[in-house]
Amino acid sequence: MRALYGLYSHPDSAQRAVDALRVAGVPDRQIVVISSEPFEEYEFSHRDKATWLYKIACLGGATGLAAGYWLTSTTQQAWPLATGGMPIVAMWPNLIVMFELTMLGGMLATAVTLFVTAKLPSPKPALYDPEVSDGKILVGVEEPPGSVIDAVKQVFEGAGLREKKK
Amino acid sequence: MSPTTARQIGDDLLRPLLHTSWRFYLVVALLGGIVASGLGAWAYQVYQGFGVTGIRWPTYWGFYVTNFVFWIGISHAGTLISAILRLVNARWRRPVTRCAEVITVFALMIGAMFPIIHLGRPWLFFWLIPYPSERQIWPNFRSPLVWDFFAINTYLAGSLLFLLLPLIPDFALVRDRTTGWRRKIYGVLALGWQGTTKQWHRLESAMQIMAIAIIPVALSVHTVVSFDFSMAPVPMWHSTIFGPYFVAGAIFSGIAALIIAMAFLRRFLHLEDYLHPVHFENLGKLLLMMSLLWTYFIFAERLTVWYGNEPSEMAVFWATQRGEFAPLFWTMIVCNFVIPFPILSLRRLRTIAGTVVASFTVLVGMWLERFLIIVPSLSHKQLPYSWGVYRPRPVEIIITIATFAAMALLYVLFSKVVPIISIWELKVGGQSMPVVTPKEEREADGLWRARP
Repeated sequence: MRALYGLYSHPDSAQRAVDALRVAGVPDRQIVVISSEPFEEYEFSHRDKATWLYKIACLGGATGLAAGYWLTSTTQQAWPLATGGMPIVAMWPNLIVMFELTMLGGMLATAVTLFVTAKLPSPKPALYDPEVSDGKILVGVEEPPGSVIDAVKQVFEGAGLREKKK
Repeated sequence: MSPTTARQIGDDLLRPLLHTSWRFYLVVALLGGIVASGLGAWAYQVYQGFGVTGIRWPTYWGFYVTNFVFWIGISHAGTLISAILRLVNARWRRPVTRCAEVITVFALMIGAMFPIIHLGRPWLFFWLIPYPSERQIWPNFRSPLVWDFFAINTYLAGSLLFLLLPLIPDFALVRDRTTGWRRKIYGVLALGWQGTTKQWHRLESAMQIMAIAIIPVALSVHTVVSFDFSMAPVPMWHSTIFGPYFVAGAIFSGIAALIIAMAFLRRFLHLEDYLHPVHFENLGKLLLMMSLLWTYFIFAERLTVWYGNEPSEMAVFWATQRGEFAPLFWTMIVCNFVIPFPILSLRRLRTIAGTVVASFTVLVGMWLERFLIIVPSLSHKQLPYSWGVYRPRPVEIIITIATFAAMALLYVLFSKVVPIISIWELKVGGQSMPVVTPKEEREADGLWRARP
């Protein structure tokens, strides 16, 4: 993979670079912004906001609920202790286990979805610069189309153009 | 935030990881010695049998179950407080959250050990697991102890995720700042984190969901622990107030533990620039609120029992008010209300030192409270022929002390290998926040939508 990038000290400059790349005709999906902290106040951090995380968490919760019901009812029927006239499958106490497994399912689904959608673990990140950890913001273009390479280089010149080859 | 400030934050918070003083080894050796003596006491108990403890008819729950309830309560400090502060977006939370979340994980691990220690013959633990055996073991799946298993393990799993997920970006930072074997280890732990906008957004969304989910789980855990008692027809246990009463007590002791941990971190890791007096003041106010709430619950519980005048309950009531347990009961009242109330009410006294003093007394008071819930009731059951006396033996006392040392040791070791304050969250806290009113926020949101 080939990538061109620049490092910016301030999020305002990074935002201007992203805007300039768009004006130069670089598709949004090829623009990468990497930082050591989230910048909620800037538009560039809102580009990948669409997520199924919440829905998948609910689905995980529903799966946990079903598993909780199955586990409690099955075990109670498989080991039917004498209950003195009380029901063998007792919903009041079972609600506790069902609740816990619902929440566990939701939390585990959330964590798994985070790892999958954020592409973690990633043995060798495609584009990265250790200076990001010192507070710099990396704005880059992955696989820049030949038609815009000059424009991209011009955008990054002020920030010290850097290139990453395969 | 400027790169200079960001680098300064990184330098300050990574210093404990990269530099080790002789004090660290001394503390580890001291705490490790106490923990080793606790393990030795446990080995002695296993070898000699459960008879070396003071646990015998009719009081089958003593120090071990007291410690179990106490440590599960302490675990409420972290994740619950962190989740609430995260959801309400309290900006002062940022240096506090990780210190708190760590307490939860370690306190749960220590608390969960006590049912095993209490088994007496821990190698037969698998008898509790339902498997097709010749002995026809039929576990009771309706037992509150089964609820405990699910509640504690769910809370532990959720708290671990809540602690570990925000650690990934900080591991990436340590990876970039270190060399050699450290770089390799932290590189693995960082999971290849880059810090793309997508990763940040997913992480923040995941933390939001985790915060929403973990609050009811945290409340359920101590409610379920209270059910271990309130489901039994034992005098002064069979009470509907036990759920919220236990939860309030747990949060109360948890905040106290958090304040003490923060004070030690501030002092010994030189985090004065990050853990400010305002953090102690705010947590002090929370502690004050919980002290009042706990006192209200004690009053409500005691008044109801006294007014009901049921003989078996009154036996326990008077044993704690003016009988053999009275010194412990009144010490508990002094520790949980009489001392903390004035210290935390008066602004002049609500300093770092003041909140730490109040927190120490609260921890003592809350341990006594757990003991006074368990032992007086079991030693004064309905029929006087089944009354008895519980005297803890040295082995129980040593194991109890060792668990406090174990908590401190785990905390010290953790803060040696992981930034104890979330670096990236602190950087976010340092960003200028131009949006201040709801109207401005709506306008800014509209601007974001309007942009390409």
